[in-house]
Amino acid sequence: MTPDPITGTFSGNRALQIEEPLIFEQGQPGRTGVDLPAPPAVKDRLGGLKRQGEIGLPGLSEPQAIRHYTRLSQKNYAIDMGLYPLGSCTMKHNPRLNEKMVRLPGLGDLHPMQPVKTAQGALELIDKLAHWLKTLTGMPAVALSPGAGAHGELCGIMAIRAAHEAKGEGHRKRILVPESAHGTNPATAAGVGYSVDPIPANDGGRVDLAAFKAKLGADVAGIMITNPNTCGLFESEILEISEAIHGAGGYFYGDGANFNAIVGRVRPGDLGVDCMHINLHKTFSTPHGGGGPGAGPVVLSAALAPFAPLPYVVHGPKGFALVEHDDHAQATGKALGRLKGFHGQMGMFVRALAYMMSHGADGLRQVAADAVLNANYILASLKDDMSPAFDGPCMHEALFDDAFLKDTEISTLDIAKAMIDEGYHPMTMYFPLVVHGALLIEPTETESKETLDQFIEVMKGLARRAKSGDSAYFHGAPRLSPRRRLDETAAARKPVLRWRPSNITGQAAE
Amino acid sequence: MRYLPLTDTDRRAMLARIGVPSIDSLYRDVPEKVRLSKPVDLPLHMGELEVERAISALAAKNLGTGRAPSFLGAGAYCHHVPAAVDHLIQRGEFLTSYTPYQPEVTQGTLEYLFEFQTQVALLTEMDVANASMYDGATSTAEAVMMANRVTRRGKAILSGNLHPHYREVIATHAHFAGFTAVANNLDPEGREDLIAQIDGATSCVVVQNPGFFGHLRDHTALAETCHKAGALLIVAVTEIISLGAVTPPGRMGADIVTAEGQSLGNSLGFGGPYVGLFATREKFLRQMPGRLVGETVDADGRRGWVLTLSTREQHIRREKATSNICTNSGLCALAFTIHLTLLGEAGLTRLAAINHGKAVQLAEKLTALPGVKLTTDAFFNEFTLALPKPAAPVVDALADRGILGGVPASRLYPHEATAANLLILAATETNTDADVDALAAALQEILK
Amino acid sequence: MSNVKFTEDHEWIRIEGDTGTIGITDYAQEQLGDVVYVELPDVGRKVEKGKDMAVVESVKAASEVYAPVSGSVTAINDKLTAEPATVNSAAMGDGWFVKIKLSNPSELDKLMDEVAYKKYVEGLG
Repeated sequence: MTPDPITGTFSGNRALQIEEPLIFEQGQPGRTGVDLPAPPAVKDRLGGLKRQGEIGLPGLSEPQAIRHYTRLSQKNYAIDMGLYPLGSCTMKHNPRLNEKMVRLPGLGDLHPMQPVKTAQGALELIDKLAHWLKTLTGMPAVALSPGAGAHGELCGIMAIRAAHEAKGEGHRKRILVPESAHGTNPATAAGVGYSVDPIPANDGGRVDLAAFKAKLGADVAGIMITNPNTCGLFESEILEISEAIHGAGGYFYGDGANFNAIVGRVRPGDLGVDCMHINLHKTFSTPHGGGGPGAGPVVLSAALAPFAPLPYVVHGPKGFALVEHDDHAQATGKALGRLKGFHGQMGMFVRALAYMMSHGADGLRQVAADAVLNANYILASLKDDMSPAFDGPCMHEALFDDAFLKDTEISTLDIAKAMIDEGYHPMTMYFPLVVHGALLIEPTETESKETLDQFIEVMKGLARRAKSGDSAYFHGAPRLSPRRRLDETAAARKPVLRWRPSNITGQAAE
Repeated sequence: MRYLPLTDTDRRAMLARIGVPSIDSLYRDVPEKVRLSKPVDLPLHMGELEVERAISALAAKNLGTGRAPSFLGAGAYCHHVPAAVDHLIQRGEFLTSYTPYQPEVTQGTLEYLFEFQTQVALLTEMDVANASMYDGATSTAEAVMMANRVTRRGKAILSGNLHPHYREVIATHAHFAGFTAVANNLDPEGREDLIAQIDGATSCVVVQNPGFFGHLRDHTALAETCHKAGALLIVAVTEIISLGAVTPPGRMGADIVTAEGQSLGNSLGFGGPYVGLFATREKFLRQMPGRLVGETVDADGRRGWVLTLSTREQHIRREKATSNICTNSGLCALAFTIHLTLLGEAGLTRLAAINHGKAVQLAEKLTALPGVKLTTDAFFNEFTLALPKPAAPVVDALADRGILGGVPASRLYPHEATAANLLILAATETNTDADVDALAAALQEILK
Repeated sequence: MSNVKFTEDHEWIRIEGDTGTIGITDYAQEQLGDVVYVELPDVGRKVEKGKDMAVVESVKAASEVYAPVSGSVTAINDKLTAEPATVNSAAMGDGWFVKIKLSNPSELDKLMDEVAYKKYVEGLG
């Protein structure tokens, strides 16, 4: 055996960092991770459609499977490990109590289509969650079925369109969206048949009120606004914006991705919002899980409540009921219809309710306060070494641009890759688009002052090192992570999206 | 408070550095009149013990499938998940990680998603699969919209054997995105003729196999007709374990295969979160919605994985994206892939055979009861019975006896007289002979 | 190169009689970075001056390519499907996107010549 040229070890491993092949490269026929009894001896009734030939799935024993996934997990950064300052993602601690609650017998093992009378506790839980969401937002109604924030956006914009059509105002085809908006906003609006009209930001990073008002007209269906916005700033003229859009006959959609800054302190209902999605996997701590699942319930004003999708829970004299077919609404043409299979992301409801009950009304107020405090502490501490995009104070996230890197030949991307070697997941980069080379930092309230102090010192060190001209260091980063920079161009030019077997001569089979 | 590390001493020091007297000053951009001066009208904070008690009390009011013989299907299935799955998905590095935008430190997520994509492609016998959607219903709606883009047509034909929830989600999108969805009437006898409905305006035909009432059908001829007319065939699969025993849609000529992956790795959980599967042919790759993980090499020449073909997605393409999806169902996809890894080829095949065998035995036992007819000729682990009286009250009566005896079709088809007496039943590896006997005895009594 | 004209969106068109070969400029490919994919229209498709004609993708961005003048597509550069990097290495030559038959040659008068385009790019800073 010769040592691996990169690691210098024979195995190619680096102590606890172990190279792990794909399951397809270590499976063997005859190996299995389960023990199943013989199937009942019956004559099959598959109608001649019995699957012929092999599927091609590898066989692994349980010890191999556990090792495989354990080794993979060790290549992942996570909140459990350290600060994960992604802007607008709200990477707060995921309480373990939530995981215990969702697995309780009587919750985890409920079938969505079992008789409603055998699931009254589940419907009551959904009703409780709805109550918390309505009270925190000051809104009279909530649609719980959307499966994620973007799905909630779809729900809200569909409700707006349904409301206009019910009033005979279906000619309104334009939705106003700030240039700083998250990409899901225009994608959603287009998916509901609207054209997207961008509103520029002013020098203060907020919606340019005059430019916005100039775009109003009889063909405007509504506005989609994130508040606090994606620059981490509260839209100070939000009440004027709200009044103006209503005055023009449009509706106000609120993107609730940044609700963590104001939960318990400001109610979106008081700002004139007609519908707002809430990311339970952001503000309410349900785990991000490597890319979901999430949940995107949508709170609705009285004007839009009739256009909520199916299904929803109602509380009657005989207990809780699930309205799955809204016959009255179908007759009056108001029903939005269904957006998802079954009733919604129940597992995320249980987790979010456990979180809400744990914090309580008082705790949630403190959550917002500490989130805003932490972000401002970072902004104040780094404003001299880095370049804040706007004057403070900010809300729960601090936005920097790449002015501090001018003439260094080092980019925002290079800074991010250097942070990886320092043991941090980089902040959000290049978003929002309204700022050049954006670096958006959201610490959340679950980070201690000690963690922030260490982070600040590291960021100062990196900023100073960048300005000192050590571009080679940054261009070669990261060096210590399980993989170095990956060739995304090659991945896009010749996509390899699955494993395929090769025969023993090394040629790829079809 | 146990989740908030800052102390009052910390807060004072931090405010001093920032240069403001109080937290309230940081909210100065918020108009005074909308700032709440005290907590909203909700309970105050609680310790773990109190929260556990409150939620356990709610759980105790439900009859879980773990405590009662259950024969429920209709799009979600009761299966045994090996203990290792739940342990692994709760590792903090999986549970508390994020979408792998920084691949250097998320190779764990990227590698398992690459394996997941491969497994889905193998199961469905298609070329390529994405890294998950919200669920089977939304995945199918996205498939219809993709077919519209690919064919540049706007009329989808929906089988009467398609799960009503899937049909309803497609209908919602049809109304707002401006295309037509022609929904066939329910088809409990499995007799509809979709071929006759295809014309030059058809973008796709959507079928489900096994169908909502359980029917297994060979859709090869349908696929050929679609292709001759320039349309796509979309096949939805609600019970993914069926692909361990049944000819896969790819073999039949499907262009897009969507599925609900809940049966593998994911508990019933009263309906969510689940995991949508989406697979298609290589030629349609750039029209696919959702995340895709691709293989590449790093600066040292070592194999690794990255999110790729991102230009289809919302964060780049914005209003021209193939879909607005951002967060999908990562952890549920992980549970799916771990369970399937533990099963392997032999395990999945045997599990599927057990499921089918149990269903055959259940069908034989129940059709021996007077007046009970089987309407499904070929099935996997789910079939439909025509009872001599309305099925909904029968199901309620079974529940009173502590048996979760199937789903009455009228729950999903409340206005169709032909659905009133139909009972949809599923049998899986979790059903014992005693369960089956209990159901048969109870049913016999109720039908007297 | 007097038969080459340029647009403010960084497309070029080389005229030969009533046909034109269209691509994106060297400046454009540099701004885009590594090109990973090009989406070309079908042969026969009618294109309109200033409207969408093709899409050029890098890893992090997708940019619309607009028709400099109106006409119908007579040929597309298949080479770009297999070798999108050609756009980077030979933007003004082998990296061409489509050939069109012009429907309104007078539209060419509104386009910039090479000198004007060079000045325009310098002004972008």
